[in-house]
Amino acid sequence: MTDTSAPQPAAAQAIRATQPSVFDHRLQPRLVLPLLALLIAFPLIAQATGEDFYIGVASRVLVFGLAAASLNFILGFGGMVSFGHAAFVGLGAYTVGLLMQQGITSAWLAWPLAMLMGAAFSLLVGAISLRTQGVYFIMITLAFAQMLYYLIMSFKSLGGDDGLSLPSRSDIGLGLDLGQDATFYYVVLALVSTSLLLMARVLNARFGHVLQAIKENETRMQAIGFPVYRYKLVAFTLAGAFAGLAGAMLANQGSFVGPGMLQWTQSGILLIMVILGGVGHLYGGLLGAAVFLLLEEVLAAYTVHWQLGLGAVLLIVVLVAPNGLLSLRRGMWSKR
Amino acid sequence: MNTILILEQMLNGLQFGLMLFLLAAGLTLVFGIMDMINLAHGSLYMIGAYLVASLSQATGSFWLGLGLGVLATVLVGVLLEYTILRRLYHRDHLSQVMGTFAILLMSNEIVRIIWGAQPLMLNPPAALAGPVTLMDGFSYPAYRLLIIGVGLAVALLLWLLVTRTRFGMQVRAGAANREMATAMGANVRRLFTLVFALGAALCAVAGGMLGPLLAVQVGMGESILILAFVVIVIGGIGSIRGALMGALLVGLVDTAGRTLVPLLFDKAMGPEVAANAGPAVASVLIYVLMAAVLFTKPQGLFPAHD
Repeated sequence: MTDTSAPQPAAAQAIRATQPSVFDHRLQPRLVLPLLALLIAFPLIAQATGEDFYIGVASRVLVFGLAAASLNFILGFGGMVSFGHAAFVGLGAYTVGLLMQQGITSAWLAWPLAMLMGAAFSLLVGAISLRTQGVYFIMITLAFAQMLYYLIMSFKSLGGDDGLSLPSRSDIGLGLDLGQDATFYYVVLALVSTSLLLMARVLNARFGHVLQAIKENETRMQAIGFPVYRYKLVAFTLAGAFAGLAGAMLANQGSFVGPGMLQWTQSGILLIMVILGGVGHLYGGLLGAAVFLLLEEVLAAYTVHWQLGLGAVLLIVVLVAPNGLLSLRRGMWSKR
Repeated sequence: MNTILILEQMLNGLQFGLMLFLLAAGLTLVFGIMDMINLAHGSLYMIGAYLVASLSQATGSFWLGLGLGVLATVLVGVLLEYTILRRLYHRDHLSQVMGTFAILLMSNEIVRIIWGAQPLMLNPPAALAGPVTLMDGFSYPAYRLLIIGVGLAVALLLWLLVTRTRFGMQVRAGAANREMATAMGANVRRLFTLVFALGAALCAVAGGMLGPLLAVQVGMGESILILAFVVIVIGGIGSIRGALMGALLVGLVDTAGRTLVPLLFDKAMGPEVAANAGPAVASVLIYVLMAAVLFTKPQGLFPAHD
């Protein structure tokens, strides 16, 4: 790992003073409100042009955006490189799937429970993993995710290898039918926006500032007297809750839950979405998910070997834009 | 009957563990010396298996195919190191994860383009196809014995290389303290390339030897890569001895767990529970082992750094 606590050259510090800090947790309403308006109008545009298919794609992007944002919350702002984040997403998805199998379809029951399950499991994983550092933290989170993956896969009542097909989407009441893609999209959009708003609030609050300070210099924070471990654990648990919510929506989006959702490659993809978008940018996860999934969509339309193109693009990004796509914007800014 | 079953499982575990060691040895050196998370290590294993399988078919000789396949994989590995990985050494772990994951995606697809989506079947050499009687009433496939033999031989060679040669001395120095090794005049750039070539060769040997036992297919590297990571974390990153111990431990626990845990559960709680929970507990065992080791000895069992 690069040592972020190393003293910065004076010039870099001068730039930092006028530029936003390394982290970027601001809401940036002037940039984002037009985007939100566009996202609200999107289903209408899609329906008008007869491209209803893309409403489903957009929901998927938003759901993965939330999953990646929840990872970015601990990775980008807390310095915790979790290589097992797909487990929390998958646990949320399986919660919805299992309840639905028992005939419980209410979203008001299933989705909060999915969040609770995600939070509970991440509390457990975090409590043990956060005692380790660096590479060992990466590996121990991976180990826990693998445990859950194999556990879920070997229980026949959970569908084993094949997973569970859900007969319908969750029932949200209020006269809304989630079975309709546009309605589902709006519910997802509302939940994802609210979640991001909440994350921004937390990151701008005292708690968030402490968390970011811990990422910058854990030893110093410890010396000042902050209960570092407890702060990190709370953040880790919060991220698990948001990941669980993303999982609940993911299960609904595809009407399916399977062990593939918990595979280590999924955790890797979530990590890549965050790196792609920008580690430590509030919207990094969302942007990364959008770029990753749309790239996949576009490439798959042209060739069955789309993974080759996707890999090439990721490789170029890693070599050209070391801090993610959102860092390019700032790079252009400071050159002016 | 029961002792024979246990003996057979021990041998299976030893065989699997030794192959894991070949993968983990390269991974632990790359990780330990270059501080590099290389998710593409499993891809070299896959590429090695494919090259050995098709070269064996082309030449008609398993051994010739193995030799040529290993050489070809070393070439691929060196090329990869020279063009891409070299640029990732000084970057943070996140960039390395993303860069090597990209390579993993690309190599999966390239293999699919060249060899197709169907798994490749590779036959063991005809002379070794049958079983060998080890003792009364206990016979064991000859080819699996050969794998154990090759695994032990390679482990011995590697040990000699690391402990008795100048190259090995530099490797150990690099794993213990990279800056100091550079300062003392080790050509770390060349060392990196050589270590990577060595890792690629070991991958190809493992892939080629396991080819006749497992299906040679796209994605075969992914699951075993994670096991190799488990091995090096348990053994201690950068330590060859740790990799060997970790690999044998993981190999034995995994293989024995898969057959013995369901048996134990069957005796203790009845077949119903055994059928459901047995396999689950067995596959989870090694990750529990890893978490336990990390929790109690975060540097692994045989740390390379002091």
